[in-house]
Amino acid sequence: MKERVAIIGIGYTQLKPISPEVSFREMIYEAAVKAYNDAGIEPKDVDTFVAISEDYYEGTAIFDEYVPDQIGAVLKPVHTITQDAITALAACVMQIKTGIFKIAVLEGHSKASNIVYPSHIDAFALDPILVRPLGFNPIFLAGLEMQRFLIETGNTEYHTSLVVLKNKRNALKNPIAAYPGEISIDDVLSSNPVSLPLKELDISKKADGAFVIVLAKESIAKKLVDKPVYIEGIGWLQETPNIERRDFVNAIYLQGAANMAYREAGIKNPLEIDFAEIDDTFSYKELQHIEALGIARFGESGIMLEEGYFDFDGAIPINVSGGSLGCGNLHDANSLRGIVEAVLQLRNEAGERQIENAEIGLVASWRGIPTASGGVVILSNRE
Amino acid sequence: MQKVAVLGAGLTKFSRRAKETGKELAFYAAKMALEEAGLEIDDIDAVVCVSAPDAFDGVHMKGEYLSDGCGASKKPFMRSYVGGGSGVFGIINGWYHIASGHFNTCLVVAEEKMSSSMPHPQGIFNAIYDQFLERPLGVNLLWIFSLEMQRYMSVHKIPLETIALVAVKNKKNGLDHPCAQEGIPGNYTVEEIVNSEIMCWPVTRLMVSPVTDGAAAIVLASYDFAKKFGKDVIWIEGVGWCLDTSYWTNRDLYYPRYVEYAARMAYEMAGIKDPKKEIHVVEPYDPFAYKELHHLEGLLLAEKGEAPKLLEKGFWDRDTENGIPSSPSGGLLGVGNPIAAAGLMKVIEIYWQLKGKAGKRQVKREVKRGLAQAWGDLMQVGTVVILGK
Repeated sequence: MKERVAIIGIGYTQLKPISPEVSFREMIYEAAVKAYNDAGIEPKDVDTFVAISEDYYEGTAIFDEYVPDQIGAVLKPVHTITQDAITALAACVMQIKTGIFKIAVLEGHSKASNIVYPSHIDAFALDPILVRPLGFNPIFLAGLEMQRFLIETGNTEYHTSLVVLKNKRNALKNPIAAYPGEISIDDVLSSNPVSLPLKELDISKKADGAFVIVLAKESIAKKLVDKPVYIEGIGWLQETPNIERRDFVNAIYLQGAANMAYREAGIKNPLEIDFAEIDDTFSYKELQHIEALGIARFGESGIMLEEGYFDFDGAIPINVSGGSLGCGNLHDANSLRGIVEAVLQLRNEAGERQIENAEIGLVASWRGIPTASGGVVILSNRE
Repeated sequence: MQKVAVLGAGLTKFSRRAKETGKELAFYAAKMALEEAGLEIDDIDAVVCVSAPDAFDGVHMKGEYLSDGCGASKKPFMRSYVGGGSGVFGIINGWYHIASGHFNTCLVVAEEKMSSSMPHPQGIFNAIYDQFLERPLGVNLLWIFSLEMQRYMSVHKIPLETIALVAVKNKKNGLDHPCAQEGIPGNYTVEEIVNSEIMCWPVTRLMVSPVTDGAAAIVLASYDFAKKFGKDVIWIEGVGWCLDTSYWTNRDLYYPRYVEYAARMAYEMAGIKDPKKEIHVVEPYDPFAYKELHHLEGLLLAEKGEAPKLLEKGFWDRDTENGIPSSPSGGLLGVGNPIAAAGLMKVIEIYWQLKGKAGKRQVKREVKRGLAQAWGDLMQVGTVVILGK
């Protein structure tokens, strides 16, 4: 069997709605120092670095320029992946598997509070000739998709509201979460309409924060740390950037990515996993993604949620960290937050929200509107 | 580690104000590359896309936008990004897709559509600088290059006329490139180059590569897959990349140490001890005339300050017998500079030179191994790839 790749260090900052007291560099530096200490290495031991950023979110053309200094990567192989953290994680994994690199570092952050008009930025991601001139706010696409998803699957707004309740409640036990809370179904249903049936509380709010993780090949990981967490399978997929040609009911991108990851991890039945951190940028997305991953059959995610399958003490706890609804939306770093949560769970270090005997965890991502691409990674602590 | 082969390449005509959208440019290049490789899009396991700042096309998440043009619908798709060095980084990104054993085939597409930024892409380059310290000065790329060029010239005491020779050589080489941008290649004299309009002294207009739209693509495959194609396969022998500090004001600009680090990484991987003897053809990045010399020194193909002297002797010419032909394609100065696509164009030129398919541009000396290099960010990143037979 080929040598696996392991996560040997994690570092993260508190997530906050705004962070005027620190620059993105300071935030990343804090996370990087923690990650290197956690792995017991120095930045000079690292062979390759990968960072995640999108120019328009950062307000800088070629943001790759501003990556190296605060993570100790000056004069080292460094590159940016302008995609979500799971795709970037795949870049690290593949580099280590070439055999040329032993230790890799992945950095991701969000400084969303700097973006004055986020919907204007999202509108720039629409096709400039066919779609953007229509002049709609891209969040409209989420409302459209939610409507279609609910009608086709038979899930209801009650179920999507339950997702918000569950995730915000889970976030109460997560010390880094930015938006925890105990709310009622009525709070969600009566919150301001945004693009019906999508309402204000169905949407995760933006947050600032930084994450850094350290990866190494199995033989080295075992020498460096006591509790390495292994990457058993990884997959990522692009469906189509054309909103006209997209499947608005099923998350095709996640189905494909999951198949790729399950195959690599040797997972025959998705129910073999012990817990999952799944993208919940919008409440309905969690249900749509649960079905795409095969954790629930088509149209059954809502009922299973209602019956408590996905609660903290359920059969497969989903988003025990609080997800994006509870912790805050970090754009492409969302899945990196999920990966960090999975590592804490698999190391048995998640404190109050620790899931007992967790052995296999799954993290799934989506890049947000208006894209249809995402990734899946399966992690385990099995030797 | 899996060995990685190059099976085919495609390149669109470089032009300003291409009528095609970025997606269409990417599609044409990808299609040509697949045709040369004799493959269908269904044979491709994964797709890599490279492109420089999103702001050129005015599209946020440009990778997502271009993905279907690159043939990535329902495929694993990755966009990597190191600014201007992205073109050569694309093949490195594709290389690790296959070298890791994850995939058998990978399509790498580089696209750039600069002309849609109005009135001029130099305005966008202001946004690459530090938000607080530099951007308010209203600086652009020409400004930083004139600083670097002056430093390089003053340290090694290089006359402007010698640097102009790079533009003379590359613009002449570009005449034979079928994809060259209209009006960019030509037979120029040193006087014409030196006396063209001053952009930011000592940089003159003909020492600067133009604004270009274009796309390039390359098909990569694993050893097992490539074996079917017989003996004449071109292999990736080494790759290297390196990023220097963002604080460019704290560095001595006369020497690109990041290029040297990237080159050393690639030489080590390729098992090259003496690059001057073992590299037979080179495509260094030449967005500005002095940059080619600067990079040749960084690549250790000339001693520090020696590249301009060798240039005067014709060591870097296409028809040299015992020198190393440099930028036989015509480079960015002679063919055009759609940033990421220009980087991949350089890789493709090495591939065609090794295949003996470069037509009129085929170098005289025998070539077994060639190197392509790109550079980018805030004069900060070096990306290097070595191809061999």
